[in-house]
Amino acid sequence: MEPNHDIAPLLQARALTYTRNAEPIFGPLDVSLHAGEVVLIEGDNGSGKTTLLKVLCGLLEPSSGDVLLHGAPLTLARLSHQVALLGHLLGLKMELSTLQNLHFAVGMGGIRPGITPRLALASVGLEGYEDQPLRTLSAGQKKRVALARLLLVPAALWLLDEPYANLDRTGIELVNRVLDHHARRGGAALITSHGAYAYTSGAPRRIALKTAA
Amino acid sequence: MNPLLLWFHKLGSPPYFYRLAGRFLPWLYAIALITGAIGLYGGLVVAPADYQQHDSFRIIYVHVPCAWMSLFVYAFMAANGFVALVWRIKLSEVLAMASAPIGAAFTFITLVTGSVWGKPTWGTWWTWDARLTSELVLLFLYFGVIGLYSAIEDTRQAARAAAFLALVGVVNLPIVHYSVNWWNTLHQAQTVSLMGQSKMDASMLWPLLTLAFATHVYFFASLLTRSRVALLGLESGKEWVRALVNARTGGRQ
Amino acid sequence: MKPGTTRAACVALLRRDLTLIWRRRGDALNPLLFSIIVVALFPFALGPEQATLARIAAGTIFVALLLASLLSLDMLFRSDLEDGSLEQLVLSPHPLSLLLACKIAIHWLTTTLPLIVIAPLLAQMLYLPDTVLPVLLIALALATPLLSLIGSVCVALTVGMRRSGMLLTLLVLPLIVPALIFGAGACNAAQAGLPFTAPLLWLGAWLVLALVLAPLAAAAALKISLT
Repeated sequence: MEPNHDIAPLLQARALTYTRNAEPIFGPLDVSLHAGEVVLIEGDNGSGKTTLLKVLCGLLEPSSGDVLLHGAPLTLARLSHQVALLGHLLGLKMELSTLQNLHFAVGMGGIRPGITPRLALASVGLEGYEDQPLRTLSAGQKKRVALARLLLVPAALWLLDEPYANLDRTGIELVNRVLDHHARRGGAALITSHGAYAYTSGAPRRIALKTAA
Repeated sequence: MNPLLLWFHKLGSPPYFYRLAGRFLPWLYAIALITGAIGLYGGLVVAPADYQQHDSFRIIYVHVPCAWMSLFVYAFMAANGFVALVWRIKLSEVLAMASAPIGAAFTFITLVTGSVWGKPTWGTWWTWDARLTSELVLLFLYFGVIGLYSAIEDTRQAARAAAFLALVGVVNLPIVHYSVNWWNTLHQAQTVSLMGQSKMDASMLWPLLTLAFATHVYFFASLLTRSRVALLGLESGKEWVRALVNARTGGRQ
Repeated sequence: MKPGTTRAACVALLRRDLTLIWRRRGDALNPLLFSIIVVALFPFALGPEQATLARIAAGTIFVALLLASLLSLDMLFRSDLEDGSLEQLVLSPHPLSLLLACKIAIHWLTTTLPLIVIAPLLAQMLYLPDTVLPVLLIALALATPLLSLIGSVCVALTVGMRRSGMLLTLLVLPLIVPALIFGAGACNAAQAGLPFTAPLLWLGAWLVLALVLAPLAAAAALKISLT
């Protein structure tokens, strides 16, 4: 699906800055994200990528500027049905099996029609790992479980922090495939990367993040 | 916007507040010093000795104003905390957090003077009487607020968390006070009331009220001093602070 | 698309946390051992006379159990914070206060309820008169949920800190003083043959108030410390 620029963007940030203890972390930054679009935020370590994602999903309050969701100011309550965050911390329980983790995610966030936790696991290449405790999986496999969670929950907007980290070549291709699939069905994603890995298919818009010093 | 609202809005801006507070400060300190001196003279020299407690009663001229302040400052801190949490006004965060150590100091003085008074009157340094115990719990609440504020790295987040704790304390304080009263009451009943007929002689009362006034003024003077310093730290990246520093140092870096 | 109901979310959370606690069921023993050891220290300090111990029994048990459940409160959000689940909880579309109420309930059921169950044993160790034991159990049943509720607000405020144990104690203990006064007070009154219902009723009233307000306050506090 081609991004339609006539309607209000799914997510828009205007002149967004964030400062901590009088130290600027990033910005001012303008981003807009339409349905069907994948935007890659590039920046070195410490350029504020993680902070930016937290501001965009409402976990942190911007120091100035505003974030609009469908053209209206963002609040945590309005946002949470529509956003899925995949951070450095995956939000998965090591003591539980992959399937138990996904069932919990579905219980909390609901489920897309036409998919089950088992199908989601299969589509990230973890068929046969359903009952494995997460503790026994490798870092890359844990990341795949987190991707399966994204496939399950009905959020249109994905905010992914370094989704390529810890992944092998097939893993990176998997992330790209999952992102393409999400964009084609009308979703949108904002991903960060420090540049060592790249989103290969198509030509996603890139935004460079520099410290505001 | 009506003029009063506009003035509040203007007052909330750090540079304006900084300048205004700077202009008021010398006056506040002067008033506090003068009225404090008058009140102390009246209390310690002019007022007659109590026929039961002799001269030891004179410690109430320090004890009672500080006890009043310990509650007043807590209320002030909680009110500012509420404003800070609801309207996210930076100045209110600063004011709430600047008042916490002052309030803790007043509470501490209340406890120490209470115990000094208790030695000749009750024969012990410490009595588990209801009001002293409530005051002790209040001191712990102050310490909690200060501790939480200093434990969180991000200053503004720390201020919001500590302000929230202060509000939880406000909800809890009446329960603490009631329960401690139920638990034990030894303290002499309250003798000064502003509204009703006071049981204290006028010659003893006026120094007390003067000192109560002086402590209030001193509190605001101290509060403004602390807030000014805190504002400078919080806004150190901003243009007005840089301009201020440049003006002080004559542009030298 | 199905956003999922709040009821389903609460059930999922309850099921997950109970499973997790069952997987680490050995940890549940620690508060029990802690309170038994604390209570066992008192006869060493005060001497083994039955009369002395009986007089301080109710208060000692109360303090020991409050401290034990206070120490375990620190773990309320700790593991969720460390693996990022807490962020997901805050971002979930359901009322955070309700989800936190589920977590607090589980915490009370799994760490504090066992403490109340062993309270008769502790009472025997300190020669608490048998007639006072029911009052002690009722008082504990009312006072410990209060501690969990009020404590959860303070835990939420300190959640981002690495070493929050001492600070948490400093924050919670002044707030919990009335629970101790009323709870232990009721036991002491019963022991002295005085009427003891009034303090228990006050405790109950305060518990109802905390049941309503504390989850909301904990949610607000958690948002402050995460944002």
